[in-house]
Amino acid sequence: MTAQTLTLGKALNTGLRKAMENDPKVLVMGEDVGKLGGVFRITDGLQKDFGEERVIDTPLAESGIVGTAIGLALRGYRPVCEIQFDGFVFPAADQIITQLAKMGMRSLGALSLPVVVRIPCGGGIGAVEHHSESPEAYFTHTAGLRVVACSNPADAFTMIQQSIASPDPVIFFEPKRRYWDKADVDVDAAPGDWAPLHDAKTVRPGEHVTVLAYGPSVKTCLEAASAAAEEGRSLEVIDLRSLNPLDIDAITGSVNRTGRCVVVHEAPVYSGFGAELAARITERCFYRLESPVLRVGGASTPYPPSRLEDHYLPDLDRILDAVDRTFAW
Amino acid sequence: MTIDSVRGAPGASELAEPELIRLLTPEGERVEHPDYPLDLSAGEVRGLYRDLVIVRRIDREAVALTRQGELGLWASLLGQEAAQIGSGRALTEHDMVFPTYREHGVAWCRDVPPLNLLGLFRGVNHGGWDPAEHGFHLYTVVIGSQTLHATGYAMGVQRDGLLGTPSAGATMAYFGDGATSQGDVNEAFVFASVFNAPVVFFCQNNQWAISEPLEKQTRIPLYKRAQGYGFPGLRVDGNDVFACLAVTRKALENARTGQGPTLIEAFTYRMGAHTTTDDPTRYRLKAEEEAWKLKDPIERVKAYLVRGDLADTAFLDEVEAEAKQVAKELREGCLALPDPAPLSMFEHVYAEDHPLMTEEQEQFAAYLASFEEEVTP
Repeated sequence: MTAQTLTLGKALNTGLRKAMENDPKVLVMGEDVGKLGGVFRITDGLQKDFGEERVIDTPLAESGIVGTAIGLALRGYRPVCEIQFDGFVFPAADQIITQLAKMGMRSLGALSLPVVVRIPCGGGIGAVEHHSESPEAYFTHTAGLRVVACSNPADAFTMIQQSIASPDPVIFFEPKRRYWDKADVDVDAAPGDWAPLHDAKTVRPGEHVTVLAYGPSVKTCLEAASAAAEEGRSLEVIDLRSLNPLDIDAITGSVNRTGRCVVVHEAPVYSGFGAELAARITERCFYRLESPVLRVGGASTPYPPSRLEDHYLPDLDRILDAVDRTFAW
Repeated sequence: MTIDSVRGAPGASELAEPELIRLLTPEGERVEHPDYPLDLSAGEVRGLYRDLVIVRRIDREAVALTRQGELGLWASLLGQEAAQIGSGRALTEHDMVFPTYREHGVAWCRDVPPLNLLGLFRGVNHGGWDPAEHGFHLYTVVIGSQTLHATGYAMGVQRDGLLGTPSAGATMAYFGDGATSQGDVNEAFVFASVFNAPVVFFCQNNQWAISEPLEKQTRIPLYKRAQGYGFPGLRVDGNDVFACLAVTRKALENARTGQGPTLIEAFTYRMGAHTTTDDPTRYRLKAEEEAWKLKDPIERVKAYLVRGDLADTAFLDEVEAEAKQVAKELREGCLALPDPAPLSMFEHVYAEDHPLMTEEQEQFAAYLASFEEEVTP
């Protein structure tokens, strides 16, 4: 194993570089992705090494970025679009929802669009409004898209490459407050040895409660599990990694053992992705459940001013509170 | 220059009675334009006439099929035949087209079988042809979205390094006057301009966006917008098939040789309703339609052919008969189009296997099968 200690941001950068080296059709496009390397430096150095034709500083227009990426994909390219911040994806929502997601079906399979839309998501960095959102449910609700969320450097490295290799469009969520987290990444492992893109991962085995999370919430849940262990509660934490498709077997296997489940995400709970999880788990594990599936997430409000975000975001205490409540039934 | 001197005025004469690039007058007289010489053989002119007549006949048949309940909807091209055939016949093998849902004439030029156009409107599919095979993308219903796809595709051609070579293809985006208000169209203009993409923006200004007249979209002639983005824009008589052909040929050639985008405004008129569900009598005057009838795109070619002894009655009859035959086959084909199988809705949503599609397809198959079991004795 050639392990390198990389931040999550650098792991993405390394994964993008590998993808560009392996396939001359891979392009990177977005606002400030060139000389600047992106506002989070995820594309740092790529334009210098691959040129302006492959690492494209685009005009400041998100619909234009995704719309032209669709055209480039129709011409045989594999564009990776960077949306600068989660709250800026909405101008591109029309192109993503009405065009990108539907081209395969509209063409009866004649066309496929291997486009990746990278979206730094979530809060916790003290940002101004529209820079801390979690818009994943808008996209999981749209048939034709694959939706994934990495939570750590090793997954970031493999999942970005797998997403680029996918013939289908992939919405790729990056947990922006985890960009600076470091871990060992095996940068030379053969792709055949990587976990499949749409598999969930049990990141901490446990017995009493299944905790489901993705993206930035995974780390918080692991911290909650450590704290719970001190009180004798054993939490099993599953990193979903992929929201569409969903690795439902991994989830039901765990919940059928524990009988309790807490879902954690930063997005508002109401009509959030946790609702889909709760419904599916209830359908499949009804007789094994000791309590309802509980959801911990953002309030059903717009994302608040950053001085309030510590109250808005699910933290260790709110997760443990939900865990306690599963025992109160 | 003062602020007031550049302010456009709604209903200004430029919008209503514009200067147009024209090679064939409404009366069928050939006129020359210094920038757009066009040398067509008698056979080529007859070919254009044949195209015009046949696509009008296809359109008429589709409207009739809709009235009879065989199609759910149809967007008629009536009045816009010259804009579509002129620009469509300017295209060559390597070019790629991104149409709206009204480009039946361009589809004809790209050899898309007319029957395949009906799938979308009959509700049996969302687009029934292979875009790569015809160099003609699927119809796009969301207004203006395809202009960005065209621009991106052109950026791909540019990156293929083909511009200036014989295998260079230009990309042509079709859209209407209403679409020029869409953000996507304006973003497409910006991207095409800054990347110097080999794309031709072909705007059929048919004066009406459903019920909204041109004044609701613009205070200046549409072609003048191009200047603000930094590429040439020009306006052509959209009912003059010769002028549309000549102007588009030049714009496409400029694109193929790396000279960047062009906006062509084809000034024409939507003689019919927006679609078969629309009722133009609620919002426009019959007199306006009558005035445009005098500028009919087909009659002027016919007059030119007959006056110049380029075609005889036998030829005209032959074209009528052929158009009738195409319409007959279209009707028969339409009535024979099978409804898709219920389980097919789960196909092609993803290019690769997707567990949810498999699961729901199996569940739905079992549900459908449960009815079959009930009737089994």
